[in-house]
Formats: sequence, C-alpha cells, structure tokens
Amino acid sequence: MNAPADPKKLIKGATGDWEVVVGMEIHAQVTSKSKLFSGASTEFGGEPNDHVSLVDAAMPGMLPVINEECVAQAVRTGLGLKAEINLRSVFDRKNYFYPDLPQGYQISQYKSPIVGEGEVLVDMIDGTQIRVGVERLHLEQDAGKSLHDQHPTMSFVDLNRSGVALMEIVSKPDIRSADEAKAYVTKLRTILRYLGTCDGDMEKGSLRADVNVSVRKPGDPLGTRCEIKNVNSIRFIGQAVEAEARRQIGILEDGGVIKQETRLFDPGKGETRSMRSKEEAHDYRYFPDPDLLPLEFDQAYVDALAAHLPELPDAKKARFIAEYGLSPYDAGVLVAERDQADYFESVAKGRDGKAAANWVINELFGRLNKEGLDIGASPVSAAQLGAVVDLIGEGTISGKIAKDLFEIVWTEGGDPRALVESRGMKQVTDTGAIEKAVDEVIAANPDKVQQAIAKPTMLGWFVGQVMKQTGGKANPQSVNDLLKAKLGI
Amino acid sequence: MTDPTKLTLAEARDALANKSLSAVELTGAFVSAVEKARDLNAYVLETPDKALAMAKASDDRIAKGAAGPLEGIPLGIKDLYATEGVRTTAGSNILRNFVPAYESTVTSQLWRDGAVMLGKLNNDEFAMGSSNESSAFGPAVSPWRRPGSNAQLVPGGSSGGSSAAVAADLCLGATATDTGGSIRQPAAFTGTVGIKPTYGRCSRWGIVAFASSLDQAGPIAKTVRDTAILLRSMAGHDAKDTTSADIAVPDYEAAVGRSIKGMKIGIPKEYRVDGMSSEIEALWMQGIEWLREAGAEIVEVSLPHTKYALPAYYIVAPAEASSNLARYDGVRYGLRVPGKDIAEMYENTRAAGFGKEVRRRIMIGTYVLSAGYYDAYYVRAQQIRTLIKRDFETVYAAGVDAILTPATPSPAFGVGEMGAADPVEMYLNDVFTVTVNMAGLPGLALPAGLSSDGLPLGLQLIGRPFDEETLFSVGEVIEKAAGRFTAPDRWWA
Repeated sequence: MNAPADPKKLIKGATGDWEVVVGMEIHAQVTSKSKLFSGASTEFGGEPNDHVSLVDAAMPGMLPVINEECVAQAVRTGLGLKAEINLRSVFDRKNYFYPDLPQGYQISQYKSPIVGEGEVLVDMIDGTQIRVGVERLHLEQDAGKSLHDQHPTMSFVDLNRSGVALMEIVSKPDIRSADEAKAYVTKLRTILRYLGTCDGDMEKGSLRADVNVSVRKPGDPLGTRCEIKNVNSIRFIGQAVEAEARRQIGILEDGGVIKQETRLFDPGKGETRSMRSKEEAHDYRYFPDPDLLPLEFDQAYVDALAAHLPELPDAKKARFIAEYGLSPYDAGVLVAERDQADYFESVAKGRDGKAAANWVINELFGRLNKEGLDIGASPVSAAQLGAVVDLIGEGTISGKIAKDLFEIVWTEGGDPRALVESRGMKQVTDTGAIEKAVDEVIAANPDKVQQAIAKPTMLGWFVGQVMKQTGGKANPQSVNDLLKAKLGI
Repeated sequence: MTDPTKLTLAEARDALANKSLSAVELTGAFVSAVEKARDLNAYVLETPDKALAMAKASDDRIAKGAAGPLEGIPLGIKDLYATEGVRTTAGSNILRNFVPAYESTVTSQLWRDGAVMLGKLNNDEFAMGSSNESSAFGPAVSPWRRPGSNAQLVPGGSSGGSSAAVAADLCLGATATDTGGSIRQPAAFTGTVGIKPTYGRCSRWGIVAFASSLDQAGPIAKTVRDTAILLRSMAGHDAKDTTSADIAVPDYEAAVGRSIKGMKIGIPKEYRVDGMSSEIEALWMQGIEWLREAGAEIVEVSLPHTKYALPAYYIVAPAEASSNLARYDGVRYGLRVPGKDIAEMYENTRAAGFGKEVRRRIMIGTYVLSAGYYDAYYVRAQQIRTLIKRDFETVYAAGVDAILTPATPSPAFGVGEMGAADPVEMYLNDVFTVTVNMAGLPGLALPAGLSSDGLPLGLQLIGRPFDEETLFSVGEVIEKAAGRFTAPDRWWA
C-alpha cells in the first residue's frame, strides 16, 4: 500500500505535502423487473407504496425468494470487473430499526459475497491510466424512503424502493485524488451501463457512493478515515473528496486527530459534516439469514453468462485504436457510452475511421452537448452523417460546405446527397471556372500580389478570396494549385 | 350416531364418504362442542359461520362426487398460521387486531383438500413456551385432570390450544408448529399424536416465524392414522419458501399398519438423563418391548452431543427470534403505542406488545448476536448443531431405521406450577425434543401409558430425513399395543 506517491497528486499544506487516500463503496441498483426477494415491480416513480408486496412490507410469515435475474446481473457485473465469481455465497441479515426498513433487518451479504476481487482500469485526462482494485461486490436490499414533509407531526414511509436489489461494489483504497475518484466512478458507471446491469442514473438514485477519505504524509501508513455517505453525483464526489481532505489536513496541521466517523456532504456549503461517530455506530448483529439457503451455482452457469457479455469499454477502445487508427483520446471519448460507440461504428463502417471520428466527436457531439441531447435523440442519423463523410471523401463537397450541409440535415433532415444536388452545394472542380475566379482576384489585387510574392504565406488570403467568389464550392486543392502556378510561388 | 365429535378423523371421513353423516351435521356438532368448552380457552377465535359455510360447500362437493381427501373434516388452526380475513395474533398483544390479507400455504392446502375451519387455536406467544401460559389470551387448559383433583393442568406448549382441542374433541385434528418440541410435548401431555415432519417438508410461508431454521408445521390429531392423513395435505414443496423441499409427498396413510419386522430401532443411551423418573424409564422399556415383539431389532446407539443440544438451542432459537420479531415495530401494522419520537414509539410499542418470555428471548438473542459475543455464542452453537446432526447421520448410516426416546421428562404439570422463578426449569421440558429440530429430522410423539397420577405419558420416534413413513408404521405398532388415551369426562362442558 506504500507505493511512492505521485507528486502531482499531492495536496499542499502548511506543513508540507499531503496524500489523500480514497476508497469507495458504490451502491448500484440492479437493472431487473422485480425486486431482489419479491415479485414487486422496481419501476421508478409511481404513487407511494404502489410497488409493495407482502414480503416488502414484512407482513408476518412472509419469506424472501431470490430473484434469479438479480443473481445473473451480479455475476455479469463481476465478470465485467474481471473479478473472481464465488460459486457459493451467503445472505446475511443486517439488523437495525428504522421506519423505512420493514423487516427490521436488511438482507445483505457479509462474510461471503457473490463476487470477490477484481479491478477497474481508469484513464485519466492526462493520458495516464490507474488501476483501482475491487475488494468485493455483494447483493443487498435497498430500503424504503421516509417522507418528512407530508404531515405536520408525522412522517410517512414509501416502500416502493424497499427490497429493490442493489450491488454494493467496494473498491480498495487505491484512489489518490478527487479527479481519480470522479474518473473511477465514471468508468465504473460506463462498465455497468455496457453490461446493462445498472442504468447508472444518479439523479434517480440508481448509483450512489459512500466515499472513504483519509490523508497522510507520503510514505506514512494509512490515516484514520471518515466515510462520507450517499454522495449522489460525480461532481459532488470530487467536491466531497477535496473538502474532506482539506478538513482533515487542517485538523492534523493544527495538531488534532481525526475521529473515525460517518459524515454527510453538503453540496450547498461545499463541506462535510458529522453524522455519527464510531461510538454511535450500530451493532448490526449480522448472521446468516435462515430463510435463505446459501446461494450456489456452478461454473457452467458463469461460463454461459460470460459467453453472452457485450464487448466492454476497454476492449472496444483498443479495437477502435487498432481497427480505425484512432488516437487513444478519441477512442476513449467514443467508448464512454455504448450508444455513442455504436453510432460511431455505424458511421465508420466502410469509411475512413479518423474522418468519421472527427465528425462524430467534433460536429455531432459538440452540437448534441450544446442542445443538451443524448445520442439517442440525435436528429442526424448515423446513415446521414456517413453520407456527409462520403461526400467530403469523394470530393463532392468541401469541408466547409459539409458543415453547412450538417446544419441543414440537423434542422431540416433529408438525404445529404440529394440536398447537395438540389441546393447546388457541389464543389466546383471545373478548372475553367476556378481559373476565372483566380484570375479575377489576382487582377483586382495587384498590391497583394506583390506582397504574396515576397511572403508566400499570403497565399491563404488569396485562397479565401477565391472561395468567397465561388460561394465556397471551389475545390480548395485546385484553387491552391492554380494560385501557386499563377503567382509563381 | 350419538356424538360425532368422538370419532377419529379417519372414521369421520369414512362416515362422510358413505353419507351416514353430513359435513354440516359434523361441523355443527363441533361448533356447539367448542362453544361449551370455552373454559378450556383452547380457541382464541371461533369462526362458526365460516365453518358451517365451508361444511355446506363440502356437502355440495360430496354430493357431486368431487370430494377432496379431507372433505368436510373440521379442524382447528393454531393462531400462528395466517388465515385470510380471519384475525391471526400469534398469541401476542402486538398482533391483537391483525387480520391478514393472505392465507398460509399449509392452511390453503387443507382448504384445497376440503377441510373446514372451526377457528383459531391458542398458543404460547410467538410459540415461545412449553405450557401455553405465555399466550396474551391466557393459558389454554388441558382436558386432563389428576384423578380426584380440580387443579388445572397445562396442555403443553407452544401448541397448547391444538393439543387441548384435539384431546377435548373440539376438532378432528389441528395444525401446530414445532420449533423445539411445540408439537410433540403438547401431544405427549394430552394423550394425542403429533408429528413434527422433516425441516422443509411443509412450507413455512404464512406462518408467523419464531426461529426460521427450526420452525416446522405439523399436525396434532387423535391417532397415528389421523396425523398421517393430515400431514399428506399439509406437506409439499412451495416456491414461496426456498427452504421447503422439492420432494414428492408420499401417501403417509399407506404406511400406517405396515410391518416393522426386521427394522432396526435405535435406543440412545444419552437420553437416560439424570433424575429421569422411574415411570418414564418404565414407559420407555415398555415401548422397546412392544417393538421387539413386533419383530424389530433393538440396538443401543450413541448420540454423544445430546447434552449440548438444549443450551445450543437456547442460543440459536432466540438469536433468530430477535431478528424475526424486529418487524413488529408499530410502523405498518399491529399495535402502536405513541412516543415523543420514533425510538420511543418503538420502545413503548414493543414493551406493551410483547410479553415477558418473548422480551426475555429477544434480549437473549440480541445479546448472543452482538459484536464480541457472536463467535462465543452463536458460532459455537451452530458448530454444536453440526455435531448433533452428524451424531444422527452416523446412527442412520449404521442402518438404524428410527430412534425411540421418551417425549418429555414428566407428565403435564399444573398451570402456574413451573418456571415462574427459573425459566430454565421450563426450558428443560424440551430436553428430548430439541435435538430433533437442531438436526432437522422428523419426530413423532404419541401416548404410550399413564403416569402414577393418571396422566398421559408419551414416547418419541425420530426418523431419517423425509422418512416420516417409517415413523407412522412404527408409531402405529406402539399405538396398537398401548391403546388410546382419552381425557376424562367432559368436566368443562
């Protein structure tokens, strides 16, 4: 655990540099139609207590029955994290009283989780890659929700979420900065979304993080950690790590000690505050749930799930680089979402990969971002964008005209090739017409001609003038060649 | 027919089938017997209208030739079984007004087969007790009395309402549950027959949980044959209980009367506990003799970890109970006693809703699961449980077909006589029965004689996993030799 600290990641304090150490517990809601141990729907929304079975309400004599799809999803996720799959795992009861916990215990996995050690490779923006170890993944029930704003003196309880399956994914304390923490969650979310095991929707609470933060002087043993509960956006995760690390450094530099405790992040104030101390921590009295037999399956079951896993982001990125000649950065951008990668591949199929990536990333993603749209809502289809790339590639339109064409397809739709025809956007390759324009520009600007002969980079000005004269339709290469010839440069 | 309530279940079934008796007549007789027997406090809820409506429907099915195997048979249901639209309390104030919107799997199978529900039977609160005295409805009383005495005797527990009702002819059979002896001890105390089937034989779905890894449903009835008939309807796999076994249910009744010639019956030496009364010892010897006469081979066997069973049981069962009973928190259903905040509401509700014995076991269970104590208590108790299971496996692997033991260390005691000062005195009632729950095996208790003061004494047969049939075969041999033991005149009516 004492790998040399990377100086770039250190935080400057009054007494020198500090290293922040972060480990995370991610609660990811399993994508499944029904809950972990009951047949009730997991649909988001609905009136309070619409999706509650007798089991979820913990009526007397009710028994949990494991939802096989949730088990398969956990195994798929384990495979996606290159983790060890445990063929035998055990469900335990975590006992505590809370109004939104109807059974008085949460069914979870304590000593024997379904998935053991794995890893997540995280690409940082500076091109470096870090490896974050996964300690374990286990299945557990979500709790319901207490509503405190419905009645002057009472609280209400909504059990729609009660019993929904969660995967708790516990990382090793391998994260060394707020940026790494954000990048880790982003990457994990991407993997889960590729696998289809969690929709990763943080606004709906499908993905929440408990962030464990400690600080130390580089080379020192791990410091005392504080756990920041239930951080529900990637941005807040970064802010919470920063704020908590600063707080701890402040205490330590003032000669204080860090108390192990559970804290909450207040995004409004940008600070964490104490929720409960270690002494106040519950004694959960874990023991194996006697209502459920140990969960057992064989390697063939795992192999069958493995055989149907989709291509995951790391593999896809490597393939994009090898197959389409993309830069690692572009490939990384494209694979961040499976839909984006699929879109790119449709555009790139049978075309120049780099040109396709360029158009998808710069034009399409840029425009989608500006409009706040998902790739699924793109008004320009992959076939349409592919046609635009084709038209450039075959020299029918120039890159500049292509941007205009993209704009027309975005707002009005239509077949790009037909649009180019009907609106006369075709590039002029007729040398006669271009030559005429070139001659006119040279004739009209004798002073500039002199300047250009002295300073050949002035050629660009002439190109611009000719393009202007031809409405942008002249083939830029032909313009260049003719100008060079005529000006003798 | 003078009094159809005196019939056995099998006799009543035959009378209904040959139409010498109608289901409505039969049910009517029981409804009025139940009304007259309120002093026994066996029923905590009578459902006469429902019973007669069900009986009428049975008569219609009998007329159409569409009778089920239990058509028109009036039964009492332990109040631990959820019955749809019919109050289900588990004998606790915390569920005093609880009316489930669902029917337990076991009772729904009984109704599927044509049985009629007379009402809900008393039991120790959450099935925690050996005398029915911990019930929020007060104790059920045994129809048995010591000759020349008016002292009230307990019918055993926790299924005391079930055993009292069967012994007093207030139903032809009753459902019961057994976590540490709660079917077998009440049967032994009342001269009735009770079987705790193999763990997983009956679904636990819809039965209020006490200790999930030990709880099993089973019947109490007047004869071995009657329990065999009832168990066939109660047993079976249920997808809603993943601990229930997907194993076909045999025709148990067919095993009644089967020869036991050549069977090997084990006699465990460790069951000769210190201070065992001579009459229990004599009863056991008598049982051995009957089986030998019927052609069984008697072998001494050893179950060396028996002495650890009771202490281990009183760790495992309260541990599970402390968690199982956490749901009774006043939030969603059942009793709620308000408080200034949620914690105080919990405290007030649970203090008012649970009786003393239940509170005691919740505290024991919470303690043994606590950080720092878990390994010393719960883990060790589970290790002992494994050893107990292995003891039995070793014996059965050596070819033993069933094991014969006493059912209880004593005959029934008086209401209020036991356990007031020292709860362990009460817990010792389970000394012969808890091993069977710890090992998940089937156990049958049946009457084999009377004590010196004229009260029933029972023997217990322990079988191989899912081999209830052998218990019925062997049990019937003892029953035939010992005869039936019926309660004295109806002093309560």
